[in-house]
Amino acid sequence: MGTLIVLLVLALFLTAIFTGGYNKDFLDRVKTSKVWDWLTTVDHKKIAILYFMSGFFFFIVGGIEALFMRLQLIVPHNDLFVGDTFNELLTMHGTTMIFLAAMPMIFGLMNAIVPLQIGARDVAFPFVNALGFWLFFAGGLLLNLSWIFGGAPDAGWTSYTSLALNEYSPGPGIDYYVLGLQISGIGTLIGGLNFLVTIINLRAPGMTYLRMPLFTWTSFVTSALILFAFPALTVALLLLMFDRLFGANFFDYTMGGSTVIWQHLFWIFGHPEVYIVILPAFGVMSEVISTFSKKRLFGYTSMVFATVLIGFLGFMVWVHHMFTVGLGPVSNSLFAVATMAIAVPTGIKVFNWLFTMWGGEIRFTTAMLFAVGFIPTFVMGGMTGVMLALPPADYQYQDSYFVVAHFHYVLVGGTVFGMFAGAYYWWPKMFGKLLDEKLGKFHFWTFLIGFHLTFFPQHFLGLFGMPRRVFTYQSGVGLETINLISTIGVFGMTIGTLAFIYNIYKTFKVEAQAPADPWNGRTLEWAIPSPPPEYNFAQLPRVRGLDPFWLEKQAGNKGMTPAEPLGSIHMPSPSYLPVLMSLGFFIAGFGFIARGNYAVGILGLIVVVITMFMRSFEQDHGYHIEPEEIEDANKGVQA
Amino acid sequence: MAAHTHENTAPQNGHLETASLDGKNKVLGFWLFLGAETVLFACLFGTYLALRNQTMGGPTGEHLFDLKLVALATAILLTSSLTSVLAMHAMNQLKLKTMQFWLGVTVLLGLGFLVLEIYEFIHYVHEGHTFMSSAFGSSFYALVGTHGAHVTFGIVWISTLMLQAAKRGITTEMAPKLFVSSLYWHFIDVVWVFIFTLVYLLGKVG
Repeated sequence: MGTLIVLLVLALFLTAIFTGGYNKDFLDRVKTSKVWDWLTTVDHKKIAILYFMSGFFFFIVGGIEALFMRLQLIVPHNDLFVGDTFNELLTMHGTTMIFLAAMPMIFGLMNAIVPLQIGARDVAFPFVNALGFWLFFAGGLLLNLSWIFGGAPDAGWTSYTSLALNEYSPGPGIDYYVLGLQISGIGTLIGGLNFLVTIINLRAPGMTYLRMPLFTWTSFVTSALILFAFPALTVALLLLMFDRLFGANFFDYTMGGSTVIWQHLFWIFGHPEVYIVILPAFGVMSEVISTFSKKRLFGYTSMVFATVLIGFLGFMVWVHHMFTVGLGPVSNSLFAVATMAIAVPTGIKVFNWLFTMWGGEIRFTTAMLFAVGFIPTFVMGGMTGVMLALPPADYQYQDSYFVVAHFHYVLVGGTVFGMFAGAYYWWPKMFGKLLDEKLGKFHFWTFLIGFHLTFFPQHFLGLFGMPRRVFTYQSGVGLETINLISTIGVFGMTIGTLAFIYNIYKTFKVEAQAPADPWNGRTLEWAIPSPPPEYNFAQLPRVRGLDPFWLEKQAGNKGMTPAEPLGSIHMPSPSYLPVLMSLGFFIAGFGFIARGNYAVGILGLIVVVITMFMRSFEQDHGYHIEPEEIEDANKGVQA
Repeated sequence: MAAHTHENTAPQNGHLETASLDGKNKVLGFWLFLGAETVLFACLFGTYLALRNQTMGGPTGEHLFDLKLVALATAILLTSSLTSVLAMHAMNQLKLKTMQFWLGVTVLLGLGFLVLEIYEFIHYVHEGHTFMSSAFGSSFYALVGTHGAHVTFGIVWISTLMLQAAKRGITTEMAPKLFVSSLYWHFIDVVWVFIFTLVYLLGKVG
């Protein structure tokens, strides 16, 4: 507690000294600084950049962890990272990639694009949006600080009990997992809720549900999945926290508990989670393929229907992660059938993408390459998914590298390819600059080849009997060559990602601004400047059908027809409360992890409660942007 | 938006809480949030039902539960739902004093429920039924305790809003806040109905 206060005071002093002395102007200087602007922003476009960039940062961290694991497995009996360290690496790789890389990058794209695609000026709850980001960031930071303070969690990203209980995982590792994920999970939950309300209530005039672009539709279904799946994780983590910190007995067999409850709760969350991260990627692919084939998306209505159906069935299949628990043939069969049923709507989607390209005027930009590379890759992942859905066969595959190969084919081949496609496609809209296409194509080919080189051989590693999550293997049992090839492939993905980083760096230095509509786009976001002004649309657009901007262009119009006269626009004020509240949660999390120091934990919670009161009593009506300012800013630009 | 419409006139359709876009967003958002809360409690109920017979030789539910006390608590909480409705009715008629009176009654009934629950928990601990004594104990206190924490939060929340309403009156900005707090209050009431059935009544049957 004392240490904490000393640290806080020190941090304040250092900020003051480095920004030019601690005097009366200090607060003014802070309030006009760029850092303060980003810390307090409630603008969905800035929050999008925060989400995407921190997600990409964690993607690099998780990637380095993966690289370390493959280096350990390059030859048999290697001793680079063994035992506990390897367990920490595999746990943190999975946890980081799912919760701290995939989810925020998806939220980044959703924040940047969904309000623009539905013709809205902002999200429904800008404050909640900012709070969601900062909670995610606080949780992610807390989780990763475990590397420095006390050791990272090492019970796998699924953190199965009894392994995750005090007896088998002493030390703070799992506590970091429990509290870090709990905090970032709350952020994700309120983020999803915000998008549901935004899409339901803030669509522009004429933007009916069946005119919404597919990325908006998939974001909508994903948000619904987040809303109903994350509470199960909340409860699972809560119970594990009770067991570890407060002596409860939910998962302790000797006291009547049951470890299977953890598995149920985790997978009731965990299976919808994989659809949460894949559906927005489907949405990106639909947009990209339709734009670069210069065709309306084939079977739009069936695409929407398939998305909703996948979301619905996603809740009915969690037991396929538990076939070998021994729940009995009836339950295994039911869940196997439900799992295989998901292949039907997914198949509908794949065929629709193919038919969209058929007869189209295809342009192979980087975004399109990622979309086209995604289709066969994802289909392979889907195929092994159906294989794993058969309980008798699953007894053979389970816990082997076959499973590892399967879920990397869907998560990397689906989500990561989707995020890269989305990045290249929407970069001009997010940052106002076009990414370099030549470097982008280099990125695509090295990443695609590296990916298949890494994970295709792992199917065979699994079939030859190599278990997952094990840090070494015997020589002379036929595993050496395949492991070596797999490790070589990782370098392909590494080089590709480095090319992407260099591309970002290069793009920031380029002067040329991207045009409003660089790809001859079809949806509303391309009708406004890149990057859009903070109010997005000077006048809300009137939507006349699916692909509204394309329809206007076909009718010979330069932009959208406005649905309202030019008027003053209401904007929400920035707020420092989201950061403060997240800081409270962060401190509370740390206090509970450092056991026996509950004073710090309670201090953190008090900060949270105080900020809640401040928010409740705050009377802030935002500010208005007047039509004259809009016309000044918009000289020559059609909104 | 809310900033423009602060006149105190009764709304056309009789619903002040959805008179502004902000209000509409808040009410819809809160309904969705209650959906998430439903999943949260469903998970806690599932855990309790799976573990409720794991008493490890400690006292069983049949031995512990006193239905008279619980029935009284139930009656108090259900009545508080009614008073909360009366408060919302008064709000939409712009009767500040009546609304404050019924909100006050709601908070007092909530406090009464909480006192009974704390008394009940103390009694159980004396009987040897604690959070750490068995899986039954852990799951019982996790479920009923989470509900109790929700009641506590609701009491603090509604009291805060009463303070704000006293200062600001009934406006299109206050109305959605008051309305969603009332939704929340009904929700914890509904959860209690399930707790009464699945924990106490089922516990008595064995």
